[in-house]
Amino acid sequence: MASATADVERRRGPSGYAEVTPRNLARRYARDRVVLFFLVLATASVLLALLTIVGYVFVNGVSALSLDFFTQDLGSPSRAIQGRPTGLGHTIVGTLVVDGLGLLLAVPVGVAAGILLSEYPDHPLNPPLRILNDTLNGMPAILKGLLAWAIIVKPMGTFSGLSGGVALAFVMLPIVARATEGVLRIIPWSIREAGLALGLPRWRVVLNTVLPAARVGVVTGVLIAFARAAGEAAPLLFTSFGNNFYSSGLLRYLTGPVDTLPARLYSLAISPYKEWHAMGWAAGIVLLFIVIFSYVFTRLVTRQRHATDL
Amino acid sequence: MPGDVQSNPDLSSVIRQPTHPVYRRQGDAVFLSLLVLLGLSIIALAVALVWVLVADGRQALERFGFLDFLTGTTWDPVRGIHGAWPFILGTLITSVAALALSFLPALGVAIFSAEYAPRWLAGIIDTVVDLMAAIPSVVVGIWGIFVLVPWMQNHLYLPVFLWANTHAPELLPIVGAPSGYNIVTATLILALMIIPYTTALSRDAIRLVPRSQREAARALGATRWETMRMAVIPYARGGIIAGAILSFGRAIGETMAVAMLIGNGNRLPFTFFGPAATMPSVIVNEFREAVENLHLSSLMAVGLYLFFISLAVNLVAAWLQRKFVVGGRAL
Amino acid sequence: MDPAADARHVTPPPTADQGAERAAQAAEAPVRLVTEGLTVHYGSNVGVRDVSLQFRDKTVTALIGPSGCGKTTFLRALNRMHDLTRGVKVSGKATLDGHDIYAPGVDPVTVRRRIGMVFQKPTPFPTMSIYDNVVAGLKLVGIRNRAILDEVAERSLRQAALWDEVKDRLKAPAAGISGGQQQRLSIARALAVEAEVLLMDEPTSSLDPQSTLRIEELIHELKQYVTIIIVTHNMQQAARVSDYTAFFYEGDVIETADTDTMFTNPKERRTNEYITGRFG
Repeated sequence: MASATADVERRRGPSGYAEVTPRNLARRYARDRVVLFFLVLATASVLLALLTIVGYVFVNGVSALSLDFFTQDLGSPSRAIQGRPTGLGHTIVGTLVVDGLGLLLAVPVGVAAGILLSEYPDHPLNPPLRILNDTLNGMPAILKGLLAWAIIVKPMGTFSGLSGGVALAFVMLPIVARATEGVLRIIPWSIREAGLALGLPRWRVVLNTVLPAARVGVVTGVLIAFARAAGEAAPLLFTSFGNNFYSSGLLRYLTGPVDTLPARLYSLAISPYKEWHAMGWAAGIVLLFIVIFSYVFTRLVTRQRHATDL
Repeated sequence: MPGDVQSNPDLSSVIRQPTHPVYRRQGDAVFLSLLVLLGLSIIALAVALVWVLVADGRQALERFGFLDFLTGTTWDPVRGIHGAWPFILGTLITSVAALALSFLPALGVAIFSAEYAPRWLAGIIDTVVDLMAAIPSVVVGIWGIFVLVPWMQNHLYLPVFLWANTHAPELLPIVGAPSGYNIVTATLILALMIIPYTTALSRDAIRLVPRSQREAARALGATRWETMRMAVIPYARGGIIAGAILSFGRAIGETMAVAMLIGNGNRLPFTFFGPAATMPSVIVNEFREAVENLHLSSLMAVGLYLFFISLAVNLVAAWLQRKFVVGGRAL
Repeated sequence: MDPAADARHVTPPPTADQGAERAAQAAEAPVRLVTEGLTVHYGSNVGVRDVSLQFRDKTVTALIGPSGCGKTTFLRALNRMHDLTRGVKVSGKATLDGHDIYAPGVDPVTVRRRIGMVFQKPTPFPTMSIYDNVVAGLKLVGIRNRAILDEVAERSLRQAALWDEVKDRLKAPAAGISGGQQQRLSIARALAVEAEVLLMDEPTSSLDPQSTLRIEELIHELKQYVTIIIVTHNMQQAARVSDYTAFFYEGDVIETADTDTMFTNPKERRTNEYITGRFG
């Protein structure tokens, strides 16, 4: 009869304990250690890569952060080269306008879709809605920019903040919808029951009991979508396009080309002017701040919620 | 309607809100209609996306033929000849290579965070990894231009090129003249950018593996790594695969950093160190300057192909996840 | 003896003759596993206190007691499972064939191969086939020879009374068999690595009555190969399968005796109260 112990050898351990030790035990432990080494190496490398990128952005960009940076507009390259006041104030305003418009468009639609998916699960619209929403979520943002270009820029005949806002709305929409559905699904049935038992109509139950209970999660989802869209340059390159100057009047921000941080960062980075490169890094700092702030806020808020749930 | 409570007349006087049936039924109907309308707009959005790409890309597709456009290797806006193959090839090469390069390190980070690291360290690692995913592509791009490219140029591209120049000139056609902006740079950047997706989904899947599985392996006399290899990772493979596919999908669509670092070379064959292009990168690099309708239409058609490839990856991802996730069958 | 307790028995306890014969046989076997003053601390709490027990070769010992009494904690100390949990401290001695398994320099991985464990919830590795599950432990030890693996697999599955049911579908996924079969598979897995002691932590509490009975019959047969220590909250089960029984209460061993004596004539008051169902 073959014995599993045929491959083992008897060895006396330090305690006198006669260990029936498989011949390969030392090899197995060595393998454990080697694996651990590579795991640590991988983790350290990845962490280091991130820190490197963030570090370079801050180090290279901090020198360009000044009052002028936040108030002046860009003008021609000669302004920067000759040391005259120049900055990205118009870019920041433009970003606020375009991103704000995107939020305005995406949040109601996204939340509504999320409510539909979660609260009316048997509705026939749901299967195609969910599939298409997930599909859109996975689509590259540049395609959404092309869509906004085709349906707004082409007929309008000009680049505009409006089309940029719409393009960003296309990016934010699936994220908000999915996050909203996810958060609403988690709300326990008892909350709905309580509302229904009070005689509230279904729509009141959703709006007045379920949605408020989920408001933290919805806000988080919106914030995540906003942070994602705020960093997108591709869809803006052929919609809001870019502008070296402040626009004259609020309406012009919607009807004419508008500068946004990510698109501007791109142009500054590929431009041949050293002074513009510095401002590009500074724009990177602002973008990172937006992203990090959103992330930290989301984490804090979610953790708080869990704490009070207990 | 399900969930409605028929309040009796005595109760309704207690409930201050009007329970007029019209209020309830009309309100519900209006609300639902509103939701449906808004929900429909998402569907409309998806449909419009395909529609626009097809409508605007039609000119090019009709001119060159659907299949010929796909396999056409010449992209010459000046002469009016367009073939998408260089960009499809570029996308595939960079995405596959980026996934291959990033998969094991990403999985390693996930394993370390989920199994080996003490809780405080795991929290830090997870935060850093999630933040990595949130860094805008343009920011990675500018870092690539001013930090990575010069470094790679000095430490890899130029040395290898010079070596090949003197010792193996027959390799030069494959090596290419180094400018720093090439497929290798783009692939490296892509690999870095897609790590967080594999890591996040893998680590979640690993954390979900029941404790009993680990204990069973340990009780059998397995070491720590053997437990991972034998019980935990196979159990978590659904999530791990999902993470990898998600990473791949992101790599395919990644636009800005690649456009900034790949060199905008439209001519095949691509060399290692010479300029190249991907589907998103060519759209970014050429769309704004495209004057000819045919050029624009061709770019739109490239966008259409990008859409199809993205869609295919998503579908494969969903199918794979269903197939491999443990717990799909009765356990 | 309390007549109410009699009525609660599912099957009649062994007769006095059978019990005596069992006790006599068991008493001749050499002692394999011994604990001396074994204590387990969870942080500042004590899981088990100063437990000194002996387990004879190829016998079945049942550990009984109300929930939270420490019987599972004690069991897990016997194969150094507490090593895997932070903040748990084991003191005292636990010796296998005279050698302390907690001595410095002793390899826990080897200990766990010799002292196997079967858990409350059957845990086959779901991504592996039945065959691969059985030989998983062997592959760890470095045995790759297909012939040996096949032979050991068949032997272990026969010992676990599972062979006839699965021999035609060894490559089928292990997740596809029933709960009772999965539990026998877990047993076969431990037998395959030639475990000398088998620790069973409430092995039938998640199974239906029929599977439970089959496992209990299996334990009777397994006795000829391994020493078994079984934790159970089911006293009737303890009475049916074990040669010896130890009664745990709040971390201490109150009484230990051969099963027949324990259930018909316990010495301690608390033992009697537990057995007759006054608490727990």
